[in-house]
Amino acid sequence: MDFYEQDLSAVANDGAAARDLPHLVVIGNGMAGCRAVEELLARDAGRYRVTIFGAESHVNYNRIMLSPVLAGEKTFDEIVINTAAWYADNGIELIVSDPVERIDRDARTVTSRSGRTVSYDRLLIATGSDPFIIPVPGRDLHGVISFRDMHDVDRMLAAADKGGDAVVIGGGLLGLEAAHGLTLRGMKVTVLHIMPTLMERQLDEAAAWLLKTALEGRGQTILTGADTAEIFGDGKVEGVRLKDGREIPASLVVMAVGIRPSVALARDCGLEVGRGIKVDDHMVTSDPSVLAVGECVEHDGMVYGLVAPLWEMCRALADGLVETPTGYRGSVTSTKLKVAGLDVFSAGDFSGSDGTEDIVLRDASRGIYKRVVLKQDRIVGAVLYGDTADGGWYFDLMRKAEDVAELRDILIFGQAYASGGGRADPKAAVAALSDDAEICGCNGVSKGKVMACIAGGAHSLDAVRTTCKASASCGSCTGLVENLLALTLGDEVETGAKTMCKCTTFTHDDVRREIVAQGMRSIPEAMQKLHWSTPDGCSSCRPALNYYLLCALPGEYEDDQQSRFVNERLHANIQKDGTYSVVPRMWGGLTSPRELRAIADVVEKFDAPMVKVTGGQRLDIFGIRKEDLPAVWADLNAAGMVSGHAYGKALRTVKTCVGSEWCRFGTQDSTGLGVKIEKMSWGSWMPHKFKIAVSGCPRNCAEATIKDFGVVCVDSGYELHVGGNGGIKVRATDFLCKVETEQQAMDYCAAFIQLYREEARYLERTAPWVERVGLDHVKRRIVDDEGNRKALTRRFLHSQSFSQDDPWAERAGGADRQLHHPMAEFQPMTAVAAE
Amino acid sequence: MIGDWIDIGWVNEIPVRGSRTVPVAGGDEIAVFRTADGKVFALANRCPHKGGPLSQGIIHGHSVACPLHNWQIALATGEAQGPDKGCTPTIPVKVSGGRVLLCRASTLAAA
Repeated sequence: MDFYEQDLSAVANDGAAARDLPHLVVIGNGMAGCRAVEELLARDAGRYRVTIFGAESHVNYNRIMLSPVLAGEKTFDEIVINTAAWYADNGIELIVSDPVERIDRDARTVTSRSGRTVSYDRLLIATGSDPFIIPVPGRDLHGVISFRDMHDVDRMLAAADKGGDAVVIGGGLLGLEAAHGLTLRGMKVTVLHIMPTLMERQLDEAAAWLLKTALEGRGQTILTGADTAEIFGDGKVEGVRLKDGREIPASLVVMAVGIRPSVALARDCGLEVGRGIKVDDHMVTSDPSVLAVGECVEHDGMVYGLVAPLWEMCRALADGLVETPTGYRGSVTSTKLKVAGLDVFSAGDFSGSDGTEDIVLRDASRGIYKRVVLKQDRIVGAVLYGDTADGGWYFDLMRKAEDVAELRDILIFGQAYASGGGRADPKAAVAALSDDAEICGCNGVSKGKVMACIAGGAHSLDAVRTTCKASASCGSCTGLVENLLALTLGDEVETGAKTMCKCTTFTHDDVRREIVAQGMRSIPEAMQKLHWSTPDGCSSCRPALNYYLLCALPGEYEDDQQSRFVNERLHANIQKDGTYSVVPRMWGGLTSPRELRAIADVVEKFDAPMVKVTGGQRLDIFGIRKEDLPAVWADLNAAGMVSGHAYGKALRTVKTCVGSEWCRFGTQDSTGLGVKIEKMSWGSWMPHKFKIAVSGCPRNCAEATIKDFGVVCVDSGYELHVGGNGGIKVRATDFLCKVETEQQAMDYCAAFIQLYREEARYLERTAPWVERVGLDHVKRRIVDDEGNRKALTRRFLHSQSFSQDDPWAERAGGADRQLHHPMAEFQPMTAVAAE
Repeated sequence: MIGDWIDIGWVNEIPVRGSRTVPVAGGDEIAVFRTADGKVFALANRCPHKGGPLSQGIIHGHSVACPLHNWQIALATGEAQGPDKGCTPTIPVKVSGGRVLLCRASTLAAA
């Protein structure tokens, strides 16, 4: 490296004239420092004598391109920005591998690690940023490295040569780039990210999900919500242990959790430092002779970690240095990246807030997601995944704050479409299509076919979907089909079945069918594949999707607590004053002294103002505070009681009369059967609440004929009734059939519940469901078709094998217990002062 | 510790799309929300409609659905959305170094 010093100092010593120029010393030979010098030279090459100190042994290279070097797509030489010749040609003295360690502002000198002291007239600090190392045990082990410079890349390449397992901590851009490179180099890579979604600062949840799916498809393991507890190993790294106890083996750990402005030098010499070195609009620090630029500075409260602001800062800095100040006004940033070869773009505020509107386009089959956020007809943010071609256009419209009201309908289709002149009206655009233009890519349906189908009497979206299948699969052409309907029929279009909610154009039935047909496994996946128009749904579709997935994937789907109504999340019923009521399960309405004592004790201990016998033969304890719920449950659990699910879209109660055991009219053991049915069906989640009753004789004291499923015992067996309701609209049950044995009664009950679970829409009780599909349909599926009945029963029991863990015990003993307690408490000043 | 901001804990203590509460002695409880995109908001834990505990609602986008009657409240402004009219007080909140900080003055004002 002496090569540069000798070579360049020779150039610098060239003329005595250069000696007399004011001396600009630059600390940092990276992209910011060199760019600033380039900008200065472009304005006035003869104004300063320049010396640059670099910590690394290299000339200035493009740090952003380290990932392609790691991935083997580029060589180091290809990413060099300023060659040795550039320094020489411009008379710049470059001192490499010798970082500055001290600034003396009084003497106006800097001193380097090797002890070299150089005096300056103007000093420019461009130290960039340092990788953030999370303070976990084992961070110093051999084999734990960061991803910041060429030296790190060399170490990663050396490790990759040996193969094996690598763990990358950090699911941001840098971490994912490191993971991609190491995967290409043949290592088995696991990415640990502490946040619930990848790249959460650049991507919204939907785009992050697409990215995660794509990366997993390339063989990486991505663990989100993964909190590192420790890096372990004997002398060198052997693996990473998470806070939840999981261990991931690794011979290499790359720490890429973030960067921090490198401010130590500035702080040590007394410059004003916040998160970064504080600079004004001309990149001047609190000392007028000292400037700073790049990732190490804080301007107007902002610290930037992207390259675009750096160019703008360097421009302002150079203007100031040549005394034609223009000033830097902060940067609006956009990120257009290839993450591991996948196109991603984000700009502005894409999180959405009050008064903003989203326009979302999802093309499931091509893996494309586009979201533009508008506020008062102006673009304020955008996220693009898969196709980022229009990123620049959106960014431009955003920076110029252009009114896009005129473009609104077609904005999301991009610049090419929007600038197509007369095609601005979507109806006109579809009218202009030729007859053989493809409308539905999934089912290969042309415009001509759709038109013929409409002419043949299909006057609604649903009718078109069932007749020619256009828009019946992924739904991305729904808008086109609707436009064709409007074009042909004008006002005569019959509006189809109601959509699930404002977030989608699909009905409940469509969504359910597609979840099963496409094997969807999560809420974000369903939203992506079905083109949801909102980023994370709403309070009506999220609980429905959660239920449909739960029903489709028993034992596999992980219930999303945040998509459940409060009662199902807290396993109690919220009351108007914000307290809760608690109902323990009493099988078939039977209880015992022990249970009654436990309930009485809970009422006294927690000062519950009321206890009431419910319509379903249970005891309801009122006025329990959220914080006390876990303790109440623990006490009830201790007496052998479990959650009564009086709060859920689930089996509520099995109401019974006393039956043949005691009653002189009883024909069968109705209480016994009630208990058995309740033990079989408790804990199952359903589209809506579900009530069962078993009466011991046709006098029907348990009121079985206004329940969702009712059994009326007779001498010769059991009459089964379905679809009753005692609510707003009273409906007596329909008679399903009569069976001979208890076991048959239970099997039919299980089959009916499962049919309801699989076919009814979320929040549809059995009564309207039976009326909608018809009793004959239910009979055909359950009574007439023995094979189908058995299959339904089997599916219900399989699902039940995962559902009968008491949610109370789980929550009272689990980590969620803390969620019942306040996060903190606040005493006003007086109280604080008195402490 | 008397400053302009009250430190109430780590942001990770609030579930994503979830909420935690902070009782204020002698005043309204505060609900602190964390949205899917990682933003944090704080409101009085009281729906402008019938006083429902907003902290227990379903959080979607930057809104919360009140658990009592499904009013949709904007987290940023506290305003009821759609046809409903009403407003819940907001409390300035920020996240710094992973810690959630509530504005002391507003917390007192709400109390």
